[in-house]
Amino acid sequence: MKEYLLLLLGTALVNNVILVRFLGLCPFLGVSGKLETALGMGLATTFVLTLTSGATWVVEHVLLQPLDMMHLRILTYILVIAAVVQFTEMAIQKASPVLHHTLGIYLPLITTNCAVLGTALLNLQQDNSLIQSLLYGAGSALGFTLVILLFAGLRERIALANVPAAFAGTPIALITAGLLSLAFMGFAGLPVR
Amino acid sequence: MTMILSVAVVAALGLGLGWLLGLASQWLGATIDPVVERLTEALPGSQCGQCGYPGCGQAAIALSKGEAPVTLCPPGGRVVAEKLAEILGTTFDPGNLPDRGPLLARVRTDSCIGCSRCIKSCPTDAILGATKQLHVVLEEACIGCGACAEVCPTGGIDLEGIPVTLRNWRWHKPGVGHA
Repeated sequence: MKEYLLLLLGTALVNNVILVRFLGLCPFLGVSGKLETALGMGLATTFVLTLTSGATWVVEHVLLQPLDMMHLRILTYILVIAAVVQFTEMAIQKASPVLHHTLGIYLPLITTNCAVLGTALLNLQQDNSLIQSLLYGAGSALGFTLVILLFAGLRERIALANVPAAFAGTPIALITAGLLSLAFMGFAGLPVR
Repeated sequence: MTMILSVAVVAALGLGLGWLLGLASQWLGATIDPVVERLTEALPGSQCGQCGYPGCGQAAIALSKGEAPVTLCPPGGRVVAEKLAEILGTTFDPGNLPDRGPLLARVRTDSCIGCSRCIKSCPTDAILGATKQLHVVLEEACIGCGACAEVCPTGGIDLEGIPVTLRNWRWHKPGVGHA
């Protein structure tokens, strides 16, 4: 139990997908303008990441490894991810048309979110079991949601601040992201991998 | 051999996932009513809010449920009402369609007490003014919804047609007669 908790904590904070591994930066900068949309995006990505972590593990160990078809890995993973994203989009459209509208193009773009494929490949690299894979996916997604929410909150305040003209908009957002990343370096001291 | 197996694996996976998604869409598929789609197309799409709904999309949904009359759209007038009635398969009585043209709110200068309630109620921020100051309606932004006239404690807001000036005067349309 403790081992699983540490795995969750380690992926969410110490090896944060965005700020430490630098994956999934497109939605990080694209959908972090408002707190509500950031939360919606975080939840959608959480759903997709957790589900794909499990699904890609199944594809890897049931289909690819017995048939010795490891060269198809990236192709099949993308296929699985695309299917899960499509499923998520249908679910969101049914549950909340407003959220579906606000997320817009970023929802189908979860397919090409490198955090999703990256987590699946990292799972494989670390030889995780199915449960570990699911937790790894959930942990990464929690870290993703946490960071995108923090960043959205910061950007909402920066939008009201008096920023020099040369830095207004994306430059100050990138500087903030860098500072946030530095802050997350502090978690490297935690005794978890 | 490897090639054929590779193709088979990807094809099987694709077909399987596609089949699962097809099943899921039957369960979860958000069905967009084709009637609503056609109604939305028939409405002007300017989202003016004069029908009392936030926008044309919501008005189309209300129309499809029969909650709103086909004559709900003042800017669309008779032409749109006819189109809507055709899509819904109903008839409408053109007699009860008030053909009064676009309306503008106007603050009566002798009644305004500067309470600023109308400013807060205006959906398009078309009323200018401050507490205990005379308010004025910006004609460019007013959609003639009448929300301000409802909240005005002194009844000092009138909805009027746009006054005919040299700039907006036009010949009457042939066959309609004098409006």
